[in-house]
Amino acid sequence: MKTTQILIAGFGGQGILFAGKFLAYKGLLEDLQVSWLPSYGPEMRGGTANCNVILSDDPVGSPIVTNPDVLIAMNLPSLQKYVNDVVPGGQIYVDSTLIAEKVQRTDVEVYYIPATQMANDAGVPTLANMVMMGHVLQHNPELSFNGTDVTVQKLVPAKKAALVELNMKALEAGRDYEG
Amino acid sequence: MAERVLMKGNEAIAEAAIRSGCRHYFGYPITPQTEVAAYMAKRMPKIDGVFLQAESEIASINMVYGAAAAGMRVMTSSSSPGISLMGEGLSYIAGSDVPAFVVNVQRGGPGLGGIQPSQSDYFQATRGGGHGDYHMIVLAPASVQEMASLTVKGFNLADKYSMIAMILADGTIGQMMEPISFEDVEIEHYDKPWALTGTQCQRRHNIVNSLYLQPDVLEKKNFERYEKYRAVEENEALHESYMMDDAEVCVVAFGIASRVAKNAVVAARAEGIKAGLIRPITLWPFPKKALSEAADQVKSFLSVELSMGQMVEDIQLATGCRRPVSLCNRVGGMIPSPDQVLASIRKAAKGEN
Amino acid sequence: MAIVFEKPKALTDAVLHYCPGCPHGIIHRLVAEAIDELGIEGRTIGVAPVGCAVMAYDYFTCDMIEAAHGRAPATATGIKRCRPDNIVFTYQGDGDLASIGMAETVHAAARNENITIIFVNNAIYGMTGGQMAPTSLPGQVTQTSPYGRDVKLCGWPIKVCELLSTQDGPEYIARVAVNNVKNVKAAGKAIKKAFQNQIDGKGFSLVEVVSACPTNWGTTPQQALSWVESDMLPYYPLGVYKDRSAEKEGK
Repeated sequence: MKTTQILIAGFGGQGILFAGKFLAYKGLLEDLQVSWLPSYGPEMRGGTANCNVILSDDPVGSPIVTNPDVLIAMNLPSLQKYVNDVVPGGQIYVDSTLIAEKVQRTDVEVYYIPATQMANDAGVPTLANMVMMGHVLQHNPELSFNGTDVTVQKLVPAKKAALVELNMKALEAGRDYEG
Repeated sequence: MAERVLMKGNEAIAEAAIRSGCRHYFGYPITPQTEVAAYMAKRMPKIDGVFLQAESEIASINMVYGAAAAGMRVMTSSSSPGISLMGEGLSYIAGSDVPAFVVNVQRGGPGLGGIQPSQSDYFQATRGGGHGDYHMIVLAPASVQEMASLTVKGFNLADKYSMIAMILADGTIGQMMEPISFEDVEIEHYDKPWALTGTQCQRRHNIVNSLYLQPDVLEKKNFERYEKYRAVEENEALHESYMMDDAEVCVVAFGIASRVAKNAVVAARAEGIKAGLIRPITLWPFPKKALSEAADQVKSFLSVELSMGQMVEDIQLATGCRRPVSLCNRVGGMIPSPDQVLASIRKAAKGEN
Repeated sequence: MAIVFEKPKALTDAVLHYCPGCPHGIIHRLVAEAIDELGIEGRTIGVAPVGCAVMAYDYFTCDMIEAAHGRAPATATGIKRCRPDNIVFTYQGDGDLASIGMAETVHAAARNENITIIFVNNAIYGMTGGQMAPTSLPGQVTQTSPYGRDVKLCGWPIKVCELLSTQDGPEYIARVAVNNVKNVKAAGKAIKKAFQNQIDGKGFSLVEVVSACPTNWGTTPQQALSWVESDMLPYYPLGVYKDRSAEKEGK
């Protein structure tokens, strides 16, 4: 029995919920049990946003992630808020374009990805979230990059098919980054 | 098996309602249930259905009343403050014995409260919500799949007993996505000879009404309605038992609280504590029999809720107060952690409160 | 012997419960005559209010529903949206329509909901025993304005036709009265038109009928009708306030 609890956090507008949806769909297509739970608040843009995703071999109990195995932090307040909740041996992914601070803990694996910068460089400035996801898939032993294209196709509505390619571009950039 | 898709709980309700033959939706925006309305607004025009954004929850429930009286499968959805506004209409619908389907995706209260998940409308839902002697069938889904399956069931039960069926969900179950598959929906058909269709000058006029000025007639109506309620209590109570075979501590929780409680029960078992869970799926009728039988076996009960303990007294009533009932709760939009529930289970196992 | 006068078919044989001298009987009759003349009894569904006409469901032979106080336009909307081929009307008083049900009234009008509303304005809450209504006149003595309606304290009467006719939504808004034979005849015409509009799919049609309440006004029926003429009608002028189809045709 293996369960991976993932917490993605940042500002509203960074595509936090979409990134979570991507991971949830990825899990679904791999025949895992999954849950996706957004934070929801009165502000539609610019407030804090976070998203809980659980991928498991067994039915998911509580969909609420309190101690993540994987934390993906896309801004400084999120990192500071959740860094100590990550389980020992867990993983923390940090968007180092937006977060200059380093993680002090030594009992977790930390990956620094200049995702926002990379997304800008790749001409997909709104897809830093997917750059992060690409890196997560590359490094998390429970997940794999295989089938990413099918997942993206599921997520992107047919009339916005052009976005599939852009998302893949961002995901691949994240996958190939060696920090 | 049908394909598994990821869907929000609120969307699952809307899709299941459409598959249940509902073609009429009336509602007013409120967080955290607005996805139901948005889904209906998108779909209804494409299937010759009606989506209408009403001017208030008061208007929407009275539109539901009209549509229900016309013999249609009809629904509305709202969240706690909106359901309070509907109290009047719910009472009229109950008093007129027409079927309707109502969704409450609860948020914290009282008053404007907050927008985060809550279960603090338990009393309001299980005791009726409006004025007068009446009940609604109250269904408490704990997963996105159940948001769909209990919607199908709700429409069927509403028609079967000609009464209101309410989904009592919470912001978490409404907002979360889980895989869901839509199996073939079984629509049960019941005659509605009382429906307002126009007489076609072929029959005496139908009157849908809750006014009876003669006390003896009104009394008779109430007695008859409670005969119906007795049948519902007899036949329709639903629950899930989890690890109850040898349980000594019985956790009772519904909706999102039951998901957290399940994790805690597993953790308690790992510590050697014989914990189990009874999850009421119908809150009215409350699964009294299951609780009463559990009282023969367990040493104590623990109610896990997102309210100040509104379900505790139903557990006490169902068990005749034969065992202590303690409470583990968070309110205002907070949700207990599995650790908090586990700590309460440990205490309950030791006989502490 | 030739029959020259009979009860409309759309009325049941039930004895009306209204007070002596109350014009509700006349207005019921006008509605029933319109239903008879248009031949729509078999497909009409009526919505009764809370107020003096609360038991209107016993008086009309068509299918009927009893709505919550003020909610008749919402309930009628629910029915009409489900059964667009049926003819749906509400019959409401001033407290029901213009006080507690103002939101439902205005929004049904704004949606141009294809329903017919018969609005009986007698400037008082009749059923509850004579309290001040949203349409009670300035200075009018009622149980809850015992020194006369003081507009500084309780505001001004609401002029429903004037209010609704400023909206783009509704099709037809008219005010009529039933205080003399001539006015009764005109009222019957307006009511029939309000039903015909619905049959033609034109939309929201409201006829305000300036009525009287001798019991709660503390007058004889004769005096009440005189007071309608001398006090009510100057405040609530009769006429067609909106008729979109006629306006389009340049009439």
